[in-house]
Amino acid sequence: MNLKVSASPHIRDKADTPRLMRDVIIALVPALLVSVYMFGYRALLIISVTVSSAIVFEFACRKIMKRNQSISDLSAVITGLLLAFSLPPEIPLWMPVIGSFTAIVAAKQLFGGLGQNIVNPALAGRIVLSISYPAEMASWSLPSGRPSSAFSFSPVFETDMITRATPLQMLYAGEGQMTVGMPDYLDLLIGKHAGSLGEISIAALLIGVIYLLARKVISLWTPLSFIAVVMIFAALSGHNPIYHLLSGGLVIAAFFFATDYTTTPLTRSGKVLFGIGCGLIAALIRIFGSQPEGVSYAIVFMNILTPHIERITIPLPFGGGRK
Amino acid sequence: MASQKERPKNKPPLLNEITKGVLRENPVFRLLLGICPALAVTTSVENSLGMGIASTFVLLSANLVVSLLRNIIPSKVRIPAFIIIISGFVTVVHMVIQAFFPDLNESLGIYIPLITVNCIILGRAEIFASKRPPFPSVLDGLGMGIGYTVALVSIGLVREVLGSGAILGFQFISADAYIRPLMIMILPPGGFFVFGILVAFAQKLSERIENGSSTGDTDLCAGAVNDRSACVICGGCSLGDRAKTTPMDPEQAKHHKRGDSE
Repeated sequence: MNLKVSASPHIRDKADTPRLMRDVIIALVPALLVSVYMFGYRALLIISVTVSSAIVFEFACRKIMKRNQSISDLSAVITGLLLAFSLPPEIPLWMPVIGSFTAIVAAKQLFGGLGQNIVNPALAGRIVLSISYPAEMASWSLPSGRPSSAFSFSPVFETDMITRATPLQMLYAGEGQMTVGMPDYLDLLIGKHAGSLGEISIAALLIGVIYLLARKVISLWTPLSFIAVVMIFAALSGHNPIYHLLSGGLVIAAFFFATDYTTTPLTRSGKVLFGIGCGLIAALIRIFGSQPEGVSYAIVFMNILTPHIERITIPLPFGGGRK
Repeated sequence: MASQKERPKNKPPLLNEITKGVLRENPVFRLLLGICPALAVTTSVENSLGMGIASTFVLLSANLVVSLLRNIIPSKVRIPAFIIIISGFVTVVHMVIQAFFPDLNESLGIYIPLITVNCIILGRAEIFASKRPPFPSVLDGLGMGIGYTVALVSIGLVREVLGSGAILGFQFISADAYIRPLMIMILPPGGFFVFGILVAFAQKLSERIENGSSTGDTDLCAGAVNDRSACVICGGCSLGDRAKTTPMDPEQAKHHKRGDSE
């Protein structure tokens, strides 16, 4: 009998980084299609700018730092996609390039590349942009489905563009209650309202989430605790919890940003803790802060706490006693 | 503490006391001292330069006076004595700036009086000037001051160029240009970004210059001249047990590490 002696692990999964990344890209396709349908070619243009610049920066950075090329793991594509999804549709096209630079060079490669970054690269890019260019990052247009200013490179906005507050801004102005003129739940679900490219259609995002769950790429611990805490907090503060769930970036943030492998805890209780922390900070910013939306800050803040969360939730080895 | 320490046999040339502060023991980039002003006032080259020159003057004068008085100041009250000496010079600087550079005074604000508690100045007094004759101490103060100024100006340059699109107040990106400067760079987060990246860069550069030789002694904080003593500056301020053990001075520690003298 031929016995093979080898060290564990003996059974290996076929999952590797490119396969996981490919799954996430597939999961983002429905949201991408909706944003292109709603915002026209402009959306496609922004997405191609962020993705291509992310790839170029990744390539250049690895080249200069004399490291192995890592473009084929597709992580730069995801960073570019997620960055584009968190930007408003009328943003001047050079801003996404700066966002990509921040995300890939400052937040990711300078820390050592994929798996070593401390905060989510796409969110770092988004935050740097929203602090540096607050006016452009908060000017939203109503999705029209027409390619109005698709190939406009002018920083001055066209006069025929309809700017409109996002549902969260209206909610913020309306003290947390639904008021006349706000999009109803169905509009929020399918994405007929102003907002960032990727966050508008909850339905499209959920299709992607179902795919990721079926492929076992993400688990529900973080997203559900994140969303639950925001909704409970909103309800306790007298806000409309369903509106808080369906508007703004909560769904995309909870399912796509807060489930990043590198920057979130690995342990199950750590994931729940991470979600609760994100939910608390996001809800505090939304309800008491000076800005209508705060999920990006919440996730980046919890990213920084991730090593500490992992330290306190690390499981004991077999035979180990309780502390 | 007050007694003068033995010198290592192969005494480095005096020029080394100046040059070491610029890169090899740069107070901001290698020793990570004086970070607070390095982050707070470096929003423009002008502010950085003003802060650097003011600190250099204080460093130089405080080192000279501390060195002259090193045999008179009792070891147990040396920290208060150093602080008094330093604050005297800071007062002079403050008054000069108020009188001749009111704009600079306006933009540096509280950070001028705060030079008094700048770690670098107390650190150099404690680990260098209080054990050395006046002449090397002055050179050390000058070198560290130049290093500090270079560090502040380089942080200020990056932040001003990226954050306001200007160099020394000269605007090269107009406010209504298509691509506008990155405002985050003149805000506190930008200071941390630039600082972190420049520290990494200086580390790399320094490694290359030292050509693979051990950098162990510079990895410690300034006061901790060897790995068994805690930072003299932080640990020494509380006047705990550590203050009693006489730390080695940096030059000697280097030889100790290499096993030249035991």
